[in-house]
Amino acid sequence: MRKTNFYQKSGATFAFNPWDLIALVLILFLFVLLAYGATQMSKPFNIGQPIKISLDPIYLPIYGLQSVLRMLLAMVFSLLFTFIIGSWAAKSKHAERVVVPAIDVLQSVPVLGYLSITVTGFIALFPGSLMGPEFCCIFVLFTAQVWNMALGFYQSLKTIPDDIVEAARMLNLTPWQRFWRVEVPFAMPNLLWNMMMSMSQSWVFLTLSEAIQVAKQNIQLPGIGSYIFNAIRQGNIHAIMYAIIAMFVVIFLYDQLMFRPLLKWAEKFKFEKMPDEKPSRAWFTSVLQRTQLLRYMSLIFSKWGNAFINIRFTKRTYQEKNSADNGRLMRMAVALFYCLVAVLVVFSVVVFSRFIFSTLGWHDFFHAILLTLASAARIVATLLVSSIIWVPIGVWIGRNPKLAKLAQPIVQFCAAFPATLIYPLAVILILKFNLSINIWSTALIIMGSQWYILFNVIAGTSSMPKEIYFAAKNFNVKGWLWWKRVILPGIFPYYVTGAITAAGGAWNLTIVAELVSWGKHTFAAFGVGSYITEYTNSGDFHRVALGIGLMCVFVLLFNWLIWRPLYNLAETRFRIN
Amino acid sequence: MSNIIDIKNLDKSFQNNEGQDLSVLENVNLTLQEGEIVALLGKSGSGKSTLLRIIAGLVPASSGDVLYRGAPITGPAKEVSMVFQSFALMPWLTVLQNVELGLEAQGMARDERRTKAIEAIDMIGLDGFESAYPKELSGGMQQRVGFARALVVNPDLLLMDEPFSALDVLTADNLRGDLLELWGEKKIDTKGILFVTHNIEEAVIVADRVLIFSSNPGCIQAELKIDLPYPRDESSQTFRRYVDQVYTAMTARPGETDLQRRLRKMQSIGLDYRLPNIEVTELLGLLYSMDEYDAKIDLPELAEELHLDIDELFPLIETLELLEFAKAAHGDIELTQAGRSLAKADILERKEIFAAHIKQHVPLIQHICHVIDGRRGHKVSEERFLTRLEDHFTEKEAERVLATAIDWARYAELFAYDYNTGMMSLEDPE
Repeated sequence: MRKTNFYQKSGATFAFNPWDLIALVLILFLFVLLAYGATQMSKPFNIGQPIKISLDPIYLPIYGLQSVLRMLLAMVFSLLFTFIIGSWAAKSKHAERVVVPAIDVLQSVPVLGYLSITVTGFIALFPGSLMGPEFCCIFVLFTAQVWNMALGFYQSLKTIPDDIVEAARMLNLTPWQRFWRVEVPFAMPNLLWNMMMSMSQSWVFLTLSEAIQVAKQNIQLPGIGSYIFNAIRQGNIHAIMYAIIAMFVVIFLYDQLMFRPLLKWAEKFKFEKMPDEKPSRAWFTSVLQRTQLLRYMSLIFSKWGNAFINIRFTKRTYQEKNSADNGRLMRMAVALFYCLVAVLVVFSVVVFSRFIFSTLGWHDFFHAILLTLASAARIVATLLVSSIIWVPIGVWIGRNPKLAKLAQPIVQFCAAFPATLIYPLAVILILKFNLSINIWSTALIIMGSQWYILFNVIAGTSSMPKEIYFAAKNFNVKGWLWWKRVILPGIFPYYVTGAITAAGGAWNLTIVAELVSWGKHTFAAFGVGSYITEYTNSGDFHRVALGIGLMCVFVLLFNWLIWRPLYNLAETRFRIN
Repeated sequence: MSNIIDIKNLDKSFQNNEGQDLSVLENVNLTLQEGEIVALLGKSGSGKSTLLRIIAGLVPASSGDVLYRGAPITGPAKEVSMVFQSFALMPWLTVLQNVELGLEAQGMARDERRTKAIEAIDMIGLDGFESAYPKELSGGMQQRVGFARALVVNPDLLLMDEPFSALDVLTADNLRGDLLELWGEKKIDTKGILFVTHNIEEAVIVADRVLIFSSNPGCIQAELKIDLPYPRDESSQTFRRYVDQVYTAMTARPGETDLQRRLRKMQSIGLDYRLPNIEVTELLGLLYSMDEYDAKIDLPELAEELHLDIDELFPLIETLELLEFAKAAHGDIELTQAGRSLAKADILERKEIFAAHIKQHVPLIQHICHVIDGRRGHKVSEERFLTRLEDHFTEKEAERVLATAIDWARYAELFAYDYNTGMMSLEDPE
């Protein structure tokens, strides 16, 4: 190992080497691109005035850039929300009681729901400017990203080992220092993983959030999402192919330039190194590491970071007190907090039900329930079919370490690639062979959610202790017995994790998969997803609210009745330590 | 001479789920004077770690006075630092950054704290590892970082929670020696050291005074002044005598006759008896080893031969005494008649003897058997006993005690237990 005395102030020579130039050019280019994208976003605009989206592939790089910019902005807001709300829930038991279930519910609200309720508000907020729709779009992407991040962060904070917490307290770190020096680093690997998942999930909703079709409005923001929307509307197969290629490049770049280096960087945050875990590779990191520039930049960053973490105003003589929060004022504040929550709950129930039933009758209600049941059946079918196909393949891949190493990034990539882009091609097939949308919309959902199952099955199979395979071989356990007694129980915890993620994604996908179109043809499957989409477009908010409400209830029921028990079973009985 | 720590009539209890108080420490009185190293020695669960955390300001006392330099302790004091059993280093910070952390909290400027941290790192013998991450280091080196982090702030009082118990013997010796050298040659400004240990030799090597804890609830049972110059020679006669004295203090209650001991046992053991966390095979293993001796066995000798520290040895002895397989007194132990016959029995006889003894001497097992017998279908859920135990223990401890009882009873074939349903029954598994 090279010995570096990085703490010495002088001594570092900043001789330029060729890699510096490369890195400099790349980074400057990135800055210029982002700045250009930002100026494009703040152009003036009037409602009703259509923004021209050209299907010429020449515009695709710029559209792609703008879409990425929106995603990243949404990610910044998601991180802010995660840090503030996640740590609030982890630190206050009163907040925890309210925030955690709330996020659970918010997570089950389909993304389109957030769009339909906020779009008019955002437009009114910035009259005559594209900022309104832009903010709306970013907000929708934010709602597609934030919940699992916040929940994951909260869970990480709750699992910080006692001795680390005690050490931080003994060192008298201020809460601000503790947050940046202990809590965020501890949560980092998990947080990054959740960010990656969130990014993948939000790509799917790009079309929906950029080409806003609410209440007969037609607002299109320049971006890949709108490009795809127009390509579909005009039935332009070439444009779709261009979009797929562009998307491929975008996801490839962001995967290679952003997440691989970040994951590599996050390795140092992991508590213990797994014995047989190989350090992940990121070529972009290697390029940067060869530069003097990086060393110089890391010096600057550590200086800034130091100034930020030890910022003056948090430094008032801090002395932690052990006295419990039994101050009178404190107790009153807590009581007030609970009263407020209770009032809010009652108020919302009344408003929500009156809003729905002011125009709709029981007939509509039962119809909507039937629709939700149909969608639920579709979700179940999705999970069954994905499992039957991918569990054997995943096991086969996982048993072969070389293959697994090769397959893992590909599967990750597939999961990140928005399945909605392939939908037009599938719709063309449905059109050509005159297939039933009620059945084949399930296939569309599978295309988006299958990867999580495959991914986790591979991970589960390859992480099983080798001794178990040897033992099975030694006792000549083969065939169905091997599946029943060895591999299926062995990968069960991983499978459940994958299935939960897949199911969560699938509910959201019903929104985009149950109502598909190509050119002038539109296919609507019988389900709550198409119901919500249709009435959002036509602006019947009573029905939208009913549909979203039912979907939430079903998602939560699934969670409580199926996923939680399965998850607990997996953790207590099948977890191999 | 001034006192660093003064503790008077300290009580500490935790609340269980139903809001009942579970007493952990009772009527503890303690002082730590300037220039002193004091060891808190006791079995696990005797509350010695809790006491250390109360002094650290991490946990509040329930009642009593806890004074640091004459002022009540309300939270972690800046002048007190702590070394942890598990090191408690931040894995995402380098050695240097870890050591700097305490200075950072004091608001020291970047360059200044860097200089100080490097000094501390050099002092503890870690130079060359400044930019390493903790996971690159061995356990001994990691604990050195823990010491550097604690000492860099020039603490007035150093607290250590079993600082050497996660290290192997040689590494622990080495680090202990270095610490005593720093202390003896006044290379650190620290005025007092208080540490928790369950290693008797370690307490006698390091401390000026050893406080011996008894459990349920924890209190200071005996105090022993070690009047030996440093460095102490572990093979010397006087050293061995001190070790023997500690063992004696831990096993015997002075002036107690056999009858009194039995009376105490009968009074103190009920459903609230905290079954030691002992596996049957361990117990039998110890019995076989003891059977090789004809008469009384010296406990230090036994501990050394079997490589057991007191955290392992004393629960075993407690269990042997509870089941009346052995008698311990004055630092010696002797098998009873039942103990001898158990050690000589074959597998089936062994189970029978064991079954008879646990049914007679463990009230919890007696109670469970009684309930199962009385039930139609001879089936009972564990929940019932868990709730009962939670009147006396925390939820986690209740689970552990019940698991131990189930483990013993399963070995003795008193009843069967189904992990999935949590049902105890007389039936054999399908």
